[in-house]
Amino acid sequence: MPSQELDLFKVFRNPEHMKALAKLISLESKTKIRVMEVCGGHTHTIMKYGIPQILPDTVEFVHGPGCPVCIMPKERIDHAFILSQQADVILVTLGDMIKVPGSHGSLAEARSKGADVRFVYSPLDVLKIAKENLDKKIIFFAIGFETTTPMTAALVDQIVKLKLKNVLFHINHVTVPEVMTELLESRDEHIDSYNNRIDAFIGPSHVSVITGSKIYEKFPKEYKRPVVVTGFEPIDVMEGILMIVRQVNEGRADLENQYKRSVSFEGNIVAQDLINKYFDQKDLFKWRGLGNIPKSGLKLRDEFAYLDAEKIYDDVLPKEEIEDHKLCICGDILRGMAKPTECQVFGTACKPSKPIGSCMVSSEGACAAYYKYGGVLR
Amino acid sequence: MKNITLAHGNGGEENNELIEGIFYKHLKNDYLKKSEDASLIEGGRLAFTTDSFTISPLFFSGGDIGKLSICGTCNDLAMMGAAPKYVTLAMMIEEGFEIKTLDKIVRSIKKELEVCGAVVVAGDTKVVPRGSVDKLFINTSGIGVVELEGISASNLSVGDAIVVSRDIGTHGAAIYANREGIDIQSTLKSDCASLWPMVKALKDAGIKPKEMRDATRGGLAAVLNEWAKASDVCIEVDEESIPICDEVKGICELLGFEPTALANEGTFVLALEPKDVDKAVEVLKSFPQNEHCTYIGKVTDEYKKKVTLSSQWGSKRFLDMPTGELLPRIC
Repeated sequence: MPSQELDLFKVFRNPEHMKALAKLISLESKTKIRVMEVCGGHTHTIMKYGIPQILPDTVEFVHGPGCPVCIMPKERIDHAFILSQQADVILVTLGDMIKVPGSHGSLAEARSKGADVRFVYSPLDVLKIAKENLDKKIIFFAIGFETTTPMTAALVDQIVKLKLKNVLFHINHVTVPEVMTELLESRDEHIDSYNNRIDAFIGPSHVSVITGSKIYEKFPKEYKRPVVVTGFEPIDVMEGILMIVRQVNEGRADLENQYKRSVSFEGNIVAQDLINKYFDQKDLFKWRGLGNIPKSGLKLRDEFAYLDAEKIYDDVLPKEEIEDHKLCICGDILRGMAKPTECQVFGTACKPSKPIGSCMVSSEGACAAYYKYGGVLR
Repeated sequence: MKNITLAHGNGGEENNELIEGIFYKHLKNDYLKKSEDASLIEGGRLAFTTDSFTISPLFFSGGDIGKLSICGTCNDLAMMGAAPKYVTLAMMIEEGFEIKTLDKIVRSIKKELEVCGAVVVAGDTKVVPRGSVDKLFINTSGIGVVELEGISASNLSVGDAIVVSRDIGTHGAAIYANREGIDIQSTLKSDCASLWPMVKALKDAGIKPKEMRDATRGGLAAVLNEWAKASDVCIEVDEESIPICDEVKGICELLGFEPTALANEGTFVLALEPKDVDKAVEVLKSFPQNEHCTYIGKVTDEYKKKVTLSSQWGSKRFLDMPTGELLPRIC
C-alpha cells in the first residue's frame, strides 16, 4: 500500500538498493569469508529476507549465540518454573520466555496448571502489577542482553526509590563481548578451534545504541577480526557485509559502524551509569551449549541483594547442572559449529510447536528462523 | 503436554493437533473430515456452522463482541457460498455484568443481523458466579442457504489466482495494541464486518470462486497453508503485493509479529480462475473497506503443500503455519 508520510520500512528494504548491494558484494568479494552475526535478530533478518540467496558463495553466515532465550540453560528456566509455583507469587517475564521448555515444562504450562505467570512488553509495567497486588510477591525474571538491561535497571531504580516491598528480581542479563571472546578463545577437546570458523563479526546495533561501539574494540585489535556494528534492516545487513568484504580485501581489521543513524562510539552514558549503579558482573554465567563463561552475566550489587529472588528463594532453587537433550545440537549451533539443518531432530521431533532445544523456541533462534523461513531455499 | 495451553487456541498448528488428537479421534465423520468453515447438509442445500466468542475488551475500535458473534458465524456460512438465514444465540454471563452493557451488545447483534439478512431463531442464557467466565462469552450457530455451489479448500489447481479482499491484520493488531501491558496508542480499527453482502455481489456479477475463506485466527498464513495442504499444491505469493496498512506494519515491527499471522474478522481470501480476477477485484472494491483488494499470488506445483513468499530482490522463503501463542519479542 502506498504511503506518503511514513517511509521507514521501504527505505531500508528498497529492492533496487538490495540488488545493487548484492551486485557490489559479488563483484568485490574474492576470498571465502565466514561472518558471524552474533545476534539472533540478525539471523532472523538474514533468513526472513533470504539474504544468503542473493550473496555470492564466498560469503557464509555463521549464526551466533545472541538470542537471550536460546542461551538460557535449563537450570534457570527451572528456576522460573519453580518460582512461579511458590505461594503468593506472580512471576513476570518478557514475551518469548513463556514458551521455553525446562525440565518441568514451560512457563506456559505452569500457567495452564494455575500458576500466575504474566508477560510484559516493558519491564516498567511490573510497577503496575506490583501496586495492584500488594498482597503478592512479584518476581521479575529478567532476561536479555545489553539492550534490555537498562529497562530492568530502570525498574530496579523505581522499586528502590518507591520503596516497594513486594518486587523481587531473578537476573539473567548477559553481555555480548564476553561471549565473543569465549568463541574466539576457547578450545574444545573435540574441535580443534572455534577460531577457524569466524573471520569477522557483524555486531548488533541495538546493543551498541546502549553500550556504544567501543565494546568491540579489542576484537580487531587483539584478534584481528573485523567488526561492523550493523542495523537490522536487510539493507543494513547487506551494507555491513560489503564493509566487511572491503576490510578483508584491503587486509584491514577495523571496528566500523554501519548504523551511524543511532550508534555512537560511547553509547548511551545515562543507561550505562544506571546499569552500573545496580548491577555487577557475575564471576561465571552458564550459557546453554557454551557452558560457564567468565564475567558474561550480571547480578544485583550486594547492597541490593534484598531484591534478589535467587538469594531469597535459595532453599527451593536447585543448583545441579542439567545436561541438554542428547539429540539436540543447540550447543554446536550457538557456537557457530553447525547449521540447524545438520541436526537429526530439526523439523521432525523438534519444531516451534514442540521445541526440544532452545534455538527452536525463540523466533530469534537459528533453528526457528530456518524452520519458519525454509532453510531448504538455502 | 497434559494441560491445555493458550497455544491450543491459536488457530494454527497446536490448535489443529488438538482437533485431530481429541475431537476427530472421537467424533470424526464425513462432515468434519472436510475441515471447511461450515458443513454442507441436506444434500448440499444448506450450510451449518457454530462459533464461540470471547474478547477483551468487549468493545473495541471497529466493533464489539455482539457484532463479532454475528459476523463470525455468518462469515463462515458466506465462505461456503451460503446466505445466512437462521442464527442461534447463547450467552454465558458473569454475575454482576451491567444490564445496560448487555443491552448495547444485543442492539449491536440486531444491527449486524440486518446486514447479513439473518434472524435469531433460538437462544439461551446462563448466568455463572463471578470469576467463572470473563464478563461475557457468546456462542452462535448459523444455518445458511447455499447460493454458490462447489466451494471447497480442495478445489485449488495450478494456475489459479489468489486474491485478498482488503488490507490484512487490522483486527489482530488493533486488539493486541489495546491489550493490557502493551497499550500502544493507535487509530487502527478492527476490520470486523459481515462478508455475505460481498459474496452476494460476486455471485450477482457472475463470478464463481473456487474457494473462499475468511482469514480469522492464524490470519492469511493459516488460510493459505490449509489450502496448500488440502489441495496438494504450492501457493506462491508476491510479498510486496500483500496489502498491509502502515499502522499494522508499525505495530508488527514494534512487537515482532508477522502481519500474515494476525487475525482478521472481515477479510477473506479467494481462489479464482485467472479470468475472474479483474472482475472480482472490481466488485469487491465497490465496498469502501475493500479499497486495497488485490491479487497477491498464484497456485503452482513447485513446493507442494507449501506457501512461498517472493521478495522484490529475487529471494524466496516459506510462509509457515503460525505456531504458538502470539508473544511480543524481547529486543
